[in-house]
Amino acid sequence: MELHHSKHHQTYVTNLNAAVKSQQEAIQSSDIPAQVSQQQAFRFNAGGHINHSLFWQNLAPASSAEAKSSAAPKLLVKIKQTWGDEKAFLDAFKTTLLGIQGSGWGWLVKVQVGQEERLTIVTTKDQDPVVGKGEVPILGVDMWEHAYYLQYLNGKAAYVENIWNVINWKTAEERYLGKQADAFKALKAGL
Amino acid sequence: MSSTLLRTSGFRSALRASTAPKRAGIAGATFIRGKATLPDLTYDYGALEPAISGKIMELHHKNHHQTYVTSFNNFSEQIAEAKAKEDIAAQIALQPLINFHGGGHINHTLFWENLAPTSQGGGQPPAGGLAKAINESYGSLDALKEKFNAALAGIQGSGWAWLVQDTQTGAVGIKTYANQDAVVGQFRPILGIDAWEHAYYLQYQNRKAEYFKNIWDVVNWKAAEKRFQ
Repeated sequence: MELHHSKHHQTYVTNLNAAVKSQQEAIQSSDIPAQVSQQQAFRFNAGGHINHSLFWQNLAPASSAEAKSSAAPKLLVKIKQTWGDEKAFLDAFKTTLLGIQGSGWGWLVKVQVGQEERLTIVTTKDQDPVVGKGEVPILGVDMWEHAYYLQYLNGKAAYVENIWNVINWKTAEERYLGKQADAFKALKAGL
Repeated sequence: MSSTLLRTSGFRSALRASTAPKRAGIAGATFIRGKATLPDLTYDYGALEPAISGKIMELHHKNHHQTYVTSFNNFSEQIAEAKAKEDIAAQIALQPLINFHGGGHINHTLFWENLAPTSQGGGQPPAGGLAKAINESYGSLDALKEKFNAALAGIQGSGWAWLVQDTQTGAVGIKTYANQDAVVGQFRPILGIDAWEHAYYLQYQNRKAEYFKNIWDVVNWKAAEKRFQ
């Protein structure tokens, strides 16, 4: 956790600020090729910042009330409606996480289309964030090796199993009941 | 699997499929398959220290590489069954898994071979045609290393950087590949460096630039020369 937060996340923030600065300069000087060529660096570092910010918030100590799924009553109703029961949802999420090839994230996402809303499990590669139209990231799990390697080595199935003991269901419930902008509120304050 | 890669790598036995055909009846059809196997290393796990720790080498070879081998054999079997059943959708669905695990097997096999302890020539600069091609493209070996390390540092996520030879022009160049994508097609792999976090994290944590700097001490340029044509 310390390395992940104070080193990895910090590096994304530092590089994001640098990318923002050079992008502003390229915009000011109307240098369109420079603006285009910087987009990938911006996306990667901004994604790293967004994803980790959401991740810390959707974790909680195992002993806390937030770490019990009962802290997310309305979300649980929707989960049961979608996957049948909580276990089936967890199994589907774990299988999806273990299927990621390379670095990436697994997310429980609320997708809003008009008045309709549904839940889905998605993966994003590297640091791609969940920011699509109508998509609200509810729970994210970091599947980069740096998230678990010092403790679990190549045993990522155990990490995928144990992370559910420290999921912050209260945060998940709040994100589920809110809009996309609400999920990113803390991020805006942080910048 | 490119046969030239096997021939030039000098590691033919490691990647070669078993020649003994096996028959299996699937829906009345038969198919022949061979199994990939984990190659032995020609040096001890601890022999690349201090550049790469013995603990990393052991986990990386015995666990990570073995998983690619096991999974590749598993999905190869499944794709053979899908072919026998003429199930095109299943064959397409299995292809990313073949690409990933087959690539993981090829990449790691080439990687072990293009590393060597300093006592066995690790870090000794290349000679002959490869040295000439490097000078032509980069000016010097140091200039190549600098560009190679910049390419490694620029990988976003998991992947590899390779010194490759363009089979059309014969020139060498640096290319990065995502995840376990293998060097196939127009380019020939000459030298690969693994930039997955599992390749360095236990020893270097987030200081990956140090890993990229130190690994040149154990690069086996003799193996790279044999791949160069």
